[in-house]
Amino acid sequence: MIDVQGLTKRYGRTVAVEDLNFSVKKGEILGFLGPNGAGKTTTMRVLTCYLPPTFGKVSVAGFDVMQEPLEVKKHVGYLPETPPLYTDMRVYEMLAFAGRIKGVPGSELKQRVQRVSEQTSIADVSNKIVGHLSKGYRQRVGLAAALIHNPEVLVLDEPTAGLDPKQIIETRKLIKGLAGEHTIILSTHILPEAAHTCDRVMIINAGKLVAEDTPENLTARLQGFETLNLLVEGPEREVRERLSRVAGVNNVTPSPSSNGRVEFAVQTAKGRDVRKELARAVVESGWGLLELRPVGLSLEEIFLKLTTTDTAEKAAGGA
Amino acid sequence: MRNIWTVARKELSSYFHSPIAYIILTVFAVISGYFFVSILSLFVRQSLMAAQYAEMGQSVHMNVNEMVIRPLLMNVSVISLFLVPMITMRLFAEEKKTGTIELLMTSPLTDLQIILGKFFAALLLYAILLGITFLHALLLFHYGNPDWKPLAVGYLGMLLLGGCFMAWGLMISTLTRNQLVAGLLTFGLFLMLWVIPWVNDYSSGVSGQVASYLGITTHLENFAKGVLDLRDAVYYLSVIGLGLFLTARSVESVRWRA
Repeated sequence: MIDVQGLTKRYGRTVAVEDLNFSVKKGEILGFLGPNGAGKTTTMRVLTCYLPPTFGKVSVAGFDVMQEPLEVKKHVGYLPETPPLYTDMRVYEMLAFAGRIKGVPGSELKQRVQRVSEQTSIADVSNKIVGHLSKGYRQRVGLAAALIHNPEVLVLDEPTAGLDPKQIIETRKLIKGLAGEHTIILSTHILPEAAHTCDRVMIINAGKLVAEDTPENLTARLQGFETLNLLVEGPEREVRERLSRVAGVNNVTPSPSSNGRVEFAVQTAKGRDVRKELARAVVESGWGLLELRPVGLSLEEIFLKLTTTDTAEKAAGGA
Repeated sequence: MRNIWTVARKELSSYFHSPIAYIILTVFAVISGYFFVSILSLFVRQSLMAAQYAEMGQSVHMNVNEMVIRPLLMNVSVISLFLVPMITMRLFAEEKKTGTIELLMTSPLTDLQIILGKFFAALLLYAILLGITFLHALLLFHYGNPDWKPLAVGYLGMLLLGGCFMAWGLMISTLTRNQLVAGLLTFGLFLMLWVIPWVNDYSSGVSGQVASYLGITTHLENFAKGVLDLRDAVYYLSVIGLGLFLTARSVESVRWRA
């Protein structure tokens, strides 16, 4: 459905996106993860034919963005970070206008407006002026406008930004419900959301693709046994000291304890599995080992790891 | 075509949803009404004097067209100079500022459709303005006997002049996100174009003629007299064409700078 090869976008000397390659299958939900300025919005703008790429071949729904941009636009619904809404119009007028310019035939217009209003739960504010709506409602009107022409592809830039938890859950449900019929690319900072909603996740940093996989695979890939949580019954300082002496342990961090039990987060060197040694150390010292478990890296940690290690490595490499 | 009309309609309803249209129409109505009354009063006084001369056997040529309609149209063109920037300054500047330009440019519309839609909406608003003066003209027909053909030509000239104003106001509006800057630049440009031929008084020969040709209201004079001169029509159409062409290039460049 979407095919991106070697996408590069430069503004003069600044490189926003460099040699990006990815594809999205029909009905899939792809998540874009990345720090601010990583190039997510730029990539989305290229996909929606707002910007032309400097290099590379991008095709959406079978149409090339440079050769047939009008066709691409007919098949794509775009929700930018700030929903582009005319604040002096009423909601239904806004949706009708969006429908008309996106090619919805006049006979279907009213029905489409009703349908997307129901889908995004804005039917009750249909007569209100857009400028008077709260951020949550505006976001939903923006989403409705993106859906109005029933596009095959949806490109959503931070669709849940600024929504309250209840609205986030509803939007998430809505997006998941749209998949299958529609192909969706969404960018987000809210990493648990990417993990819950997306089939696949791409992590972008400084214009380059850093990682791409399903959320589960990414977590597994980076998990290892490098972080372990121990619940020990014993004196905090001694336990801590004993654990630190185990070979391969980099760091032991105790957490606030209750009735003699202390929880320790133990960081080890990459690739070292020291569970046996830790267990032995605790038990042989006569303390109670109540719990020993590896902590999987959350997507957040993966994200930070990949995006900050990257810059640290780059800095080290450059230095 | 449908897209052009959709954009035009949206733009027009936007004008009437805000105070802009009403303020402009009111101010224009008041000022042009004042001019109409003044010019007509002068004409009436002069007709009385002419009547006296006629009694004494001398005839004085009195022509409603020449003495009322023509000065009216010239005055209206000058008022437009000041009011038009108010009409055009928001056309693209507001879209850029609120981000709705992204909606327009990611929808299956060509840039030209967007530009023409806005152009026609602004021109239509200007035509409504002219419509107010038309009411004054109707009064003349009721009480007098002016020639309608020169009047029609005069209005054609006014519309062409309006087209110029709109095209260039639109162009300048694409240059900035700030409406005020757009308005000021537009006003400055029109002022220059209006003032250029005044140099004619001080200069002579070719430079004077060139300056005269460039003046935006000089070409209106023939129209106001009721003379449809192709050269004047060509001037206006060229200016409109150039304005729209530059607008199209400027809008295109948004994609390279975003």
